[in-house]
Amino acid sequence: MTAEKHVLSILVDNQPGVLSRIAGLFSGRGYNIESLCVAETTEPLVSRITIVTKANTLGIEQINKQLNKLINVIKVHELTGTAYVEREMALIKVKAKPENRAEILRIVDIFRCKVVDVGLEHYTIEITGDEGKLAAIMSLLKPIGIKEIAKTGIIALYREPK
Amino acid sequence: MKLTGAQILLKTLKDEGVDTIFGYPGGCVIDIYDELLRSDLRHIFVRHEQGAIHAADGYARASGRVGVCLVTSGPGATNTITGIANAFMDSIPVVIITGQVPSHLIGNDAFQEVDIVGITRPCTKHNYLVNSTEELAQTIKEAFFIASSGRPGPVLVDIPKNVVQNTIEYKAPKTVKLRSYNPTYNPNMKQLHKVVELIREAKRPIIFAGGGVLLSKAARELTELARKTQIPVTTSLMGMGAFPGSDPLCMGMIGMHGTYRANTSSGKCDLMIAVGVRFDDRVTGKTDTFTPHAKIVHIDIDPTSIRKNIPVAVPVVGDCKITLTHLNKLLDETDLSDVQKKRKIWLDQIEDWKKTQPFAYQQGAVIKPQYVVEKLYELTRGDAIISTEVGQNQMWAAQYYHFDNPQHLLTSGGLGAMGFGLPAAIGAQIAFPDKLVVDIAGDASIQMNIQEMATAVQYCLPVKIVILNNGFLGMVRQWQEFFYEKRYACTLVEHAPDFVKLAEAYGAVGLRAQKPEEVEAVLREGLFSPKTVIMDFVIEREECVYPMVPAGAPITEMLLV
Repeated sequence: MTAEKHVLSILVDNQPGVLSRIAGLFSGRGYNIESLCVAETTEPLVSRITIVTKANTLGIEQINKQLNKLINVIKVHELTGTAYVEREMALIKVKAKPENRAEILRIVDIFRCKVVDVGLEHYTIEITGDEGKLAAIMSLLKPIGIKEIAKTGIIALYREPK
Repeated sequence: MKLTGAQILLKTLKDEGVDTIFGYPGGCVIDIYDELLRSDLRHIFVRHEQGAIHAADGYARASGRVGVCLVTSGPGATNTITGIANAFMDSIPVVIITGQVPSHLIGNDAFQEVDIVGITRPCTKHNYLVNSTEELAQTIKEAFFIASSGRPGPVLVDIPKNVVQNTIEYKAPKTVKLRSYNPTYNPNMKQLHKVVELIREAKRPIIFAGGGVLLSKAARELTELARKTQIPVTTSLMGMGAFPGSDPLCMGMIGMHGTYRANTSSGKCDLMIAVGVRFDDRVTGKTDTFTPHAKIVHIDIDPTSIRKNIPVAVPVVGDCKITLTHLNKLLDETDLSDVQKKRKIWLDQIEDWKKTQPFAYQQGAVIKPQYVVEKLYELTRGDAIISTEVGQNQMWAAQYYHFDNPQHLLTSGGLGAMGFGLPAAIGAQIAFPDKLVVDIAGDASIQMNIQEMATAVQYCLPVKIVILNNGFLGMVRQWQEFFYEKRYACTLVEHAPDFVKLAEAYGAVGLRAQKPEEVEAVLREGLFSPKTVIMDFVIEREECVYPMVPAGAPITEMLLV
């Protein structure tokens, strides 16, 4: 069985130590966290954690069950295999020599992202999108020269039935 | 009503039905101890915090009630870790109360400060740091609820010193309702109809019962199921007593040191009804060859146990007792008149395996450990509560003592923690003052918590300790003999105390048998003494536990005597 990417959206009690319980569950049982996002929901006592993990069929079943077993976990949604929207945000600091500046702005335009900081030698670009879009802009900017990058990891929500 | 945190703590414990606490004082729990002086809660003062947690665990295993242990911060708390992990692995309901440095010092590396909540996160069912006196009563109530419901387990409550010192207006805690915690007790009936069908079709079925049956107090329901359907029963080490050991349908323990008939039948059966088990590797051996011809029905309250190690044909999530009650009722409505006849060939085959490959040992001039346990069984008529240490002593206890009743074998199954037996026996003796409680021990493991002899003597607990003394770390030595060409690396116990004198030094009775003919007399004298007794049996030094399945091999491939 091959390991595949799974996106889990987990509602948890918004309390100190809960993230540590979840991270500890993953490390202690040899599961793998590819990305992780945590923030409060509209209900202040509840947080949403979005985890991307890689596992085979039996593995993801165990991860699901083990997460559900934690007292502070309210609900686990497995989004993979369902209809959902996912977004990731990145700040990309790219080298911007005079001869490249026009090219970079063209890319920014094509990808409908923003320049949020400009210097004599750099642009910092803010981009939001799914994994594919981020990978695409990255592959275009790489030859120009990426100085630094900060990414959020995936956040996701299932689509309501139309 | 104005109460201090300490008063609230003790009041809440009493409201939860607690009568006994096993503990050890220290700076951060001094206020709780001060309040204990004015309380009618019984406190058992142990000699090491590991003793406290194991004793609370033994109390819980024997009585089926939540065990309570109270220790101080820092080293007091860390000394309980082995016992917490032990209770966690065997799903034993224990509440551990640890003192913590005052809230304003947390995180400052204060004297005797450790992050015990952080340390015990992976080995507790849940844990808490109490932030204020206002939260205390509710937190304790939740801890008991979580420890004893669903799949039970240890819950730790860490209480800073200022929280027990503060005085507040007491408010009784509310009924516990946790939206994120709702164990499934009632099984899916559709699944149970499938189980009935499988039972009707099966030609070579077996039942495999584990600790979950004991935890949900379902031994009677399991026995009814087995007898009604004429299905032979094997148990895990943790499940011993779930089905009467002397019943003709009982095949004994399965696994690495299981009976020939239990292991062999697992290789041949066409249906396995697994109840309250988790398919531990000591049971399954090589997983891809486990029950090659069987459909497996797996009944357990914990969904994570199902399909974790072994593929299952019919999963049933539910409490063992409730599920078996429903299943028995369905079976009552089913025509089982031909079941006796249908099972005959299968049961005859199992009987034949029992006759040709029983547990066996050769009696010689030196005492055989199996003989000691057999005699112990005979003299106690199988009615004693037996705790064990870990290793060969544990396996001989499981093989040669037949448990007819649940909650009579207290043993560290999952964690395999040496040093468990004596404090667990103390806990069981506290729960059942009139019962005979015997710790079957090895000469090495008894020394891991030997200090608890003082506890047993102080409280006049007539616990009996049977040491099977071979001067070795017997089980590791056995592995070295079989798989490491007898290179006995550090398994020879080159110096040991004189256990008879040691018993006397603690104010207990010490007895010794060196020849087979002395065994019975020593057991008689020891068992019928009203005092704490150590019986030191000098046994055959290189005796091995048979059968043995090498780790990772199929369990049908046993090394036999």
